[in-house]
Amino acid sequence: MNDNTNSVSPSLLAGDHFDWVRYSRKQRLARSFGYVAAAVLLYWALSTVDIFWPWVRTAPAQLGDMMFRMFPPSLEKLNPILYALVESINIAVLGTIVAVVLALPVAYLGAQTVTPNRVTLWLARVIIVATRSVDTIIWALIFVAILGPGPLAGILAVAFRSIGFLGKLIAEAIEEIDWGPVEAMQAAGASRAHIVTYAIVPQVVPSFWAITILRWDINIRESTVLGLVGAGGIGLIFQGAIDTFKWNTVSLVLIVIVMVVFAGELVTGIVRRKLL
Amino acid sequence: MLKITDLKKSYGKGEPVLKGLNLTTDERRLTAIIGSSGAGKSTLLRCINRLVPANSGKIELDGVNILDLHGQQLQHTRRQIGMIFQAYNLVDRLTVMENVLAGRLGYVGMLRGILRRFPQEDVDRAYALLQRVGLSQYVNKRCDTLSGGERQRVGCARALMQNPRILLADEPTASLDPKTSERIMELIAGITDELDLPVLINLHNVPQATTYADRILGLRHGVMIFDGNPGDLTEDWLEKIYAGYEDDLKKQMRVAPQEQDDE
Amino acid sequence: MSESPDHYIWRRPHFIETPYIRYGLLALALIYLVFALSTVRINPQRVMAGIPRAISMFSGAFPPDFQARGSLIISGFIESIQMTLIATAAGVLLSIPIGFMAAKNVVIKPVYVVGRLIVVVMRSLHPVVLAVIFVSAVGFGAFAGILTLVLYTIGFVGKLLAEAIEEIKYGQVEGIRSTGAGYLPVLSYAVFPQILPRLIGLSIYQLDINLRASAIVGIVGAGGIGGTLNTAFGRYDYATASAILLVMIGIILVTEGISGRLRRFTK
Repeated sequence: MNDNTNSVSPSLLAGDHFDWVRYSRKQRLARSFGYVAAAVLLYWALSTVDIFWPWVRTAPAQLGDMMFRMFPPSLEKLNPILYALVESINIAVLGTIVAVVLALPVAYLGAQTVTPNRVTLWLARVIIVATRSVDTIIWALIFVAILGPGPLAGILAVAFRSIGFLGKLIAEAIEEIDWGPVEAMQAAGASRAHIVTYAIVPQVVPSFWAITILRWDINIRESTVLGLVGAGGIGLIFQGAIDTFKWNTVSLVLIVIVMVVFAGELVTGIVRRKLL
Repeated sequence: MLKITDLKKSYGKGEPVLKGLNLTTDERRLTAIIGSSGAGKSTLLRCINRLVPANSGKIELDGVNILDLHGQQLQHTRRQIGMIFQAYNLVDRLTVMENVLAGRLGYVGMLRGILRRFPQEDVDRAYALLQRVGLSQYVNKRCDTLSGGERQRVGCARALMQNPRILLADEPTASLDPKTSERIMELIAGITDELDLPVLINLHNVPQATTYADRILGLRHGVMIFDGNPGDLTEDWLEKIYAGYEDDLKKQMRVAPQEQDDE
Repeated sequence: MSESPDHYIWRRPHFIETPYIRYGLLALALIYLVFALSTVRINPQRVMAGIPRAISMFSGAFPPDFQARGSLIISGFIESIQMTLIATAAGVLLSIPIGFMAAKNVVIKPVYVVGRLIVVVMRSLHPVVLAVIFVSAVGFGAFAGILTLVLYTIGFVGKLLAEAIEEIKYGQVEGIRSTGAGYLPVLSYAVFPQILPRLIGLSIYQLDINLRASAIVGIVGAGGIGGTLNTAFGRYDYATASAILLVMIGIILVTEGISGRLRRFTK
């Protein structure tokens, strides 16, 4: 490069013409295709969706009106709200605990590297997929239908939804462990139970706590809506206030929910920093 | 053209980094600033185009005090000052051409810039510069696929794209291996000579400074203690500039013979 | 071997060394658990009655019946997909300015506070809570659901986008700023290219999340398959309910697979 670049290039100051376009032809084609596909999908959705358009036009006014009525929040129902809030938190905690107990064996069976055989692996996978794909509130519908309204249905709903979540992530954590210690234990003649307690559990413990705390944080949020289908907690008061147009109570409930979820995030942040 | 008077800068409540610094560029073209790490070399260059705000003093470019400028005026002054960075500071995910054209962002309208619709003469100039730095075959390559030396060439092209009145280079060769480092110095010295462009360059490497610079400034703890021709930079002066930083000093001494071996 | 003492006492070191704190925390946890359990008023009779109920429910659910309300199921899912597409597009577009507002390193403090507040509030509210509010404000149907999912998207994408913006390499910003570029060109050249892969990945992921959420906001009347499911439960039509759940699981698995593959593609 020494020869040509160290001499004055004639084109540096007065120039030939060059054409430049931002992407290569192929890239531009791919991009245009992507844009067109997205536009077509969106057009289809917008033109066929079942929306009553006059309502859309009045929506900003309606929303503004509602906000106006929410202000100021009324403290009238503060006591029952706090009581229901505690119930929501209890549902989240107990539900998470039940889920952990049930998820551990599922995770063990669902981890490809340690599961005893193919049948157990698939059994675990079916449990994980089925519980994970059904949302907490749908589980709540099911359990309310079986057990009747109340926090027990809520706890089980939270627990069932969490089994798949915890099971999947813990199984992945088990699959990612360093296999060396397991082999060392095998070489030392340890039984399966010993291998699990000495070589697997210690390696999985940090991820286990991280995953559990994460799910607990999510469950706090989930538990706030269970009351809407009768499964206990603050959602019941929320629904009641909406049905009776007590907008000042609705706003208080919303504020309380935002605060408790925010507090939950702070707690998980602190615990994560302390523990891990 | 560039005149700095009593420039002071400290970060937070710490010891000031620049303690009343004075500097005027003259007809000599390539001015190298040397000094140990932490002497304030980088801070000085960053103050000049206001990447960091100075505390007090004056920096005048053609009689306009840069420290008084705001908004668009500041942008217009910045575009007259080209800057080459130690870590190249290219946008990794953009192509070579986009990075070079970014040098025109101080000139073209906002929308044109955002939509990448640059005037044809800008594109022509970008090509010419890329040819000059030897990268015209990589126009549509993404910058994160280039080697360090290639990236710094793009960095040079971007700075020159601004059509600057003055070029600042903040340790442009410190992240490169010795051989590439020489090539980049040759390139900067060569191209600024062709364009008759004054350069202010921070260097960690004293032999490079004495080889390429027409004027050398020695900075120590935020004060200019040496200002002279490369020939006047004796070992005594080096020891004064680097006193207390024996590691830095030794490095300078060791680099010198090695570089000669390479020739 | 060593000669001195014959016995060594070894015990596994405790996680929390100070016994007071260790047992204190344990006691607190136990007290809380007892309290929490005591608030769950379990009515044994009701639970016992639940067993035959569960049996009849599950026997009603098998085999799942895709036929009886087939057209309702299909139109419900189509509406869910429409809501997802519209809400994700609108939500992601709105998330971009809000994400920038909520990133400390690119805006001034007051803007940051507002942006952060928007994101925190949106994130804290469960989509079903938002749906209830929107249903009572703008009426039943897909529009309320779309509004819900838009806010839900802002909470999620806005937050993660803000984090991505806060993690950008600042040198690239300095590089562009030093050329004299204004605020918006700096964002467009130095910030946007750095977060673009993240933004695309998040949008695809959000499509997936919104499809799930669109299935549940219907339970409170905000359109989509959730409404059909809720009606099926209300009518004790468990065969249809199980059919809907199966389709839902299938769709979620498929979209998860697709979105996972698409996201790996955008680097």
